[in-house]
Amino acid sequence: MHEWALAEAVIAAASEIAEKEGLSEVTEVKIKVGELQQIELDILEFALSQLKSAKLENARFSIGLSKAEIKCRVCEHKWILATGNLDKVTAEAIHFVPEIAHTYIKCPKCGSPDFEVLSGRGVWLESIRGVKREDG
Amino acid sequence: MVDPRLSIIDERIREVSRIVAVSSGKGGVGKSLAAATLALKLTKMGYTVGLFDLDFTSPSTHVILGIADLQPKEDRGIVPPMAHGMKYMSIIYYSGEYATPLRGADVSNVLIELLSITRWAKLDFLIIDMPPGIGDATLDLIRLVKDIEFLIVTTPSQLAFETVRKLVSLLKELKIPVIGVIENMKTHKSDTIRQQTRKLDVKFLGEIPYDARIEESIGSAHRLSKTIFAEKVGEIALRIQ
Ligand SMILES: Nc1ncnc2c1ncn2[C@@H]1O[C@H](COP(=O)(O)OP(=O)(O)OP(=O)(O)O)[C@@H](O)[C@H]1O
Ligand SMILES: [Mg+2]
Ligand SMILES: [Zn+2]
Repeated sequence: MHEWALAEAVIAAASEIAEKEGLSEVTEVKIKVGELQQIELDILEFALSQLKSAKLENARFSIGLSKAEIKCRVCEHKWILATGNLDKVTAEAIHFVPEIAHTYIKCPKCGSPDFEVLSGRGVWLESIRGVKREDG
Repeated sequence: MVDPRLSIIDERIREVSRIVAVSSGKGGVGKSLAAATLALKLTKMGYTVGLFDLDFTSPSTHVILGIADLQPKEDRGIVPPMAHGMKYMSIIYYSGEYATPLRGADVSNVLIELLSITRWAKLDFLIIDMPPGIGDATLDLIRLVKDIEFLIVTTPSQLAFETVRKLVSLLKELKIPVIGVIENMKTHKSDTIRQQTRKLDVKFLGEIPYDARIEESIGSAHRLSKTIFAEKVGEIALRIQ
């Protein structure tokens, strides 16, 4: 369950930022999830709700998706990887370590594995909102 | 945008007492063989040990130890499976027998991903087999893993030692502990590397002779642990524990 490990990371990062910014309560956490990793959103949401710390008790987690956009470094072809079409073994390997894409996926134009993932890799914390501490 | 993975790495290695990166400025000096054998020896000595192959583009410790058909368990992350009494983690679980062509930023990403999802739990030693040189893996470990220690491998060659000198001076400048230097593949008596190591104010941990028959032990942890190589690494293990 990669989702749980990543949810734990999101909670830790959000708590860290809340502390740094002097927030007594976090009201919203915006997360960006890349499609390359095929994160199961309902598991991620459930994990977030289970793992959240006291400060995040009333936080709303809003999750946005970003497509897996890839650009070949050899021929400059750009494409969107439809992860739904991957076979099970490939999909699962990329789920755990997205860079494994370089093992199994080739540029559809020239066949090179030397491509750059422009967007849609992993889980990102976009922003958090909350209530400032009175004494801060 | 913040990468949340960076915030969980400390937690993932919280119960690991010592993290030892087996490293060298030079390739092919015996890092992987030394890292794998050291992990075996420490396990034999009764320690709880993890071995993490960080050479993502050319992993080899699984070949050295004859590890195949192993997969990690998933439980709120990855639980490394046991091999020869130690917890073993490598990119081969995901890349299998295929090549993994990675550029620097990708290497960093794999390292961060695996550090943030792998649950080592309680370990006395986490031994890390490093790729050669002072690149992304070295810089990321220094950046992300507090209390990392380096164990450096060289050969009797000045070509190897010159790169070791650079690695040592960088680590010292960054105040990263260097456990010491191992001189591997020794073919004749000479004190040169020992003396040069001491001049760097770094501990000389011992020498390992060139063993033309080591190849016969590759792929079998059992045979490997019976070699002179393993005997010497065992003595070094006593010195670093
Ligand atoms: N003491 C030794 N006697 C004989 N052969 C050795 C000895 N030490 C290492 N070797 C051999 O040298 C080769 C390189 O060893 P190894 O792969 O461990 O080096 P490395 O430093 O990890 O290389 P890389 O930089 O590519 O990761 C292997 O074939 C190994 O079996
Ligand atoms: Mg190696
Ligand atoms: Zn191309």
